[in-house]
Amino acid sequence: MAKIITKANLAPAVYEFVVDAPLVAHKCHPGQFVIIRTDEYSERIPLTIADFDREKGCITLIVQAVGNTTKHLCDTFNEGDDILDVVGPLGHPSEMGKFGTVVVVGGGIGVAPVYPIARAYHELGNKVISIIGARDKDLVIWQDKMAAISDELILTTDNGSAGRKGFVTDPLREMLEAGEKIDLVLAIGPVIMMKNVAATTKPFGVKTTASLNTIMVDGTGMCGGCRVMVGGENKFACVDGPEFDAHEVDFANLVMRQQMYKDQEALEYSCGGHCKCVEE
Amino acid sequence: MRGGMRNAMPEQPADVRNKNFQEVALGYTKEMAVDEAQRCLNCPKPRCVGSCPVNIDIPKFIHEVAQENFAEAYKILKQKSTLPAVCGRVCPQENQCEGKCVLGIKGEPVAIGRLERFVADYAREHGLDNDVEAPAERKGKKVAVVGSGPSGLTCAGDLAKMGYDVTMYEALHAAGGVLMYGIPQFRLPKEIVQHEISALKKLGVKIVVDAVIGRTFTIKELMEEEGFSAVYVGTGAGLPHFMQIDGENLNGVYSANEFLTRVNLMKAYEFPNYATPVYVGKKAAIVGAGNVAMDAARTAKRLGAEQVYIVYRRSEEEMPARKEEIGHAKEEGIELRLLNNPVAILGDEKGWVNGLKCIKMELGEADASGRRSPVAIAGSEYVLDVDMVVMAIGQGPNPLIKQTTPDLEVNKRGNIVADEAGATSIPGVFAGGDIVTGAATVISAMGAGKKAAAAIDEYLSK
Repeated sequence: MAKIITKANLAPAVYEFVVDAPLVAHKCHPGQFVIIRTDEYSERIPLTIADFDREKGCITLIVQAVGNTTKHLCDTFNEGDDILDVVGPLGHPSEMGKFGTVVVVGGGIGVAPVYPIARAYHELGNKVISIIGARDKDLVIWQDKMAAISDELILTTDNGSAGRKGFVTDPLREMLEAGEKIDLVLAIGPVIMMKNVAATTKPFGVKTTASLNTIMVDGTGMCGGCRVMVGGENKFACVDGPEFDAHEVDFANLVMRQQMYKDQEALEYSCGGHCKCVEE
Repeated sequence: MRGGMRNAMPEQPADVRNKNFQEVALGYTKEMAVDEAQRCLNCPKPRCVGSCPVNIDIPKFIHEVAQENFAEAYKILKQKSTLPAVCGRVCPQENQCEGKCVLGIKGEPVAIGRLERFVADYAREHGLDNDVEAPAERKGKKVAVVGSGPSGLTCAGDLAKMGYDVTMYEALHAAGGVLMYGIPQFRLPKEIVQHEISALKKLGVKIVVDAVIGRTFTIKELMEEEGFSAVYVGTGAGLPHFMQIDGENLNGVYSANEFLTRVNLMKAYEFPNYATPVYVGKKAAIVGAGNVAMDAARTAKRLGAEQVYIVYRRSEEEMPARKEEIGHAKEEGIELRLLNNPVAILGDEKGWVNGLKCIKMELGEADASGRRSPVAIAGSEYVLDVDMVVMAIGQGPNPLIKQTTPDLEVNKRGNIVADEAGATSIPGVFAGGDIVTGAATVISAMGAGKKAAAAIDEYLSK
């Protein structure tokens, strides 16, 4: 069990949970994730470790209430409550090193998983250019945290309510077209965004990494629910990834596979009448 | 002693049980059990005992059943077996204890598995299993058991009885391994698995769930930082194989591991009461013919698939599943498509399965292992009309421990190399069960756990 130490509302339907998980905090590295199960009736869902404090033994999880389990977590779990299962760290840590100039691209709550990786790039002496984007200014998260570890921060919103109007790919394309030397691009966010980032950098031959958000069950390589085609080969995102060469990923298949439970997800999860959402 | 035929096992009728997840086999009544026990000849040199991988004193416990001394019978079982209620249900007794019973030569062997199950169930229902014998002496040494499937549970149980301080680590949120995520509720109720595991806790075994060895701790850390004097690795064969044919990433294609984990461990059969969803088509093809394939097929049927096919490239004779399970599947309306090999999975424009392209096979010459190899019949391709495919063609070892324990020797298939007693290339690290042998049976994994416990005791007593 992992106790919720703090809960904060970052944006509409987006919450930051700091949870007590010393075993995970002790071992995790940027790019890794956990699988959580909120209670006995819950499904298992993957969440990226957005930050960690080894000394305090806690990790930070950013959750957007988009489906039954995330809504259940965001609406009914508060400080002091226990999340029944938190397992990790899972997946490969991000590849670290001094690459030169790194552009990190975070879309929506994808900014959260980008953060620890960008921070590590920064600490290793890379020049970090961060592009963060959201549909609207209210949905922008962690701008200050990102600014603190970036040499340059560019904010975009689809509707122009903050930063520049447009998509994260716009400033990226401009930089590439201007001939700026970029050694690595990391993109995390909605699949469509990662796909577009990959398409933007491909003609320029700039190495681009995406962290794939597939459907997962166990997160330890035993089921293949998270399988993706990378370079024509089947890979399990939970153990072979979650980061892959974005130019090799079959994004169309990834989008399609994410739709697998659309009908069931539309059904209200009734949590058996035993959970605390009924009591409250 | 009475006649040559064993007492039949009461079962739910096929057309009732294929719509529910309750246990198919209902178990002997007390009268049936006592009557069946009286068939045992109590051989002076029993052949059954030697062919039980954990060497239960079979004639002795059966003798106690015949005398209606169920508590005594249970004690005898528990001396050698950690999980009698499980083994009585899922062991392939026909190849083990019952296969060697002398009564089987002219008639039917004593129903040893059914009697084992009866005794364990009776003990649980009557609270006879509450008195757990605490180990006589404490050894003052810590042993870590990695993986809480049948081999880990057995190894942990035996070590705890010897007085070791045992901690078992499990990656999933519930202990039991394949007993929890793989074998369906209708063959092995999960409450029974958890009840048998709870007996280990009474022996003092600590169970740490949500701990992935290789990630949360490495084996080296367990030994150097966490103070364990020995480690037993029983992580099983949990890596699903796919066929590497076109269309395997379409929606509606599952590995059997995923399909069964969703249904068994996550209770997707009670969705939306439980939050984990599962997709089930109207017409499902299960590729493979082992016990896992039978479990997947019977599960799909129970979840409402109207037509369920087992697609297998060899003939019925070569099917690796237990005869009893094949029989159960057929009774429940599962159709066998034998001598059929999938060559591609077809999909619609939205990315969902809408057919399985198969080629017909014939059996050729026997290979080195004596099995006749299937050979494709040119031009015989056709499309089987299905909207769901489950791949149940086997599992390999999970590579995580190997990746994080580089000096642990593995063979070319990725299985850990261990000697007969379970010793690996690293002193103090032992291994057993499917991670060593490749996918096998529950009872052989238990046998390996038992042998390794003895070897660990010897190693730590030096």
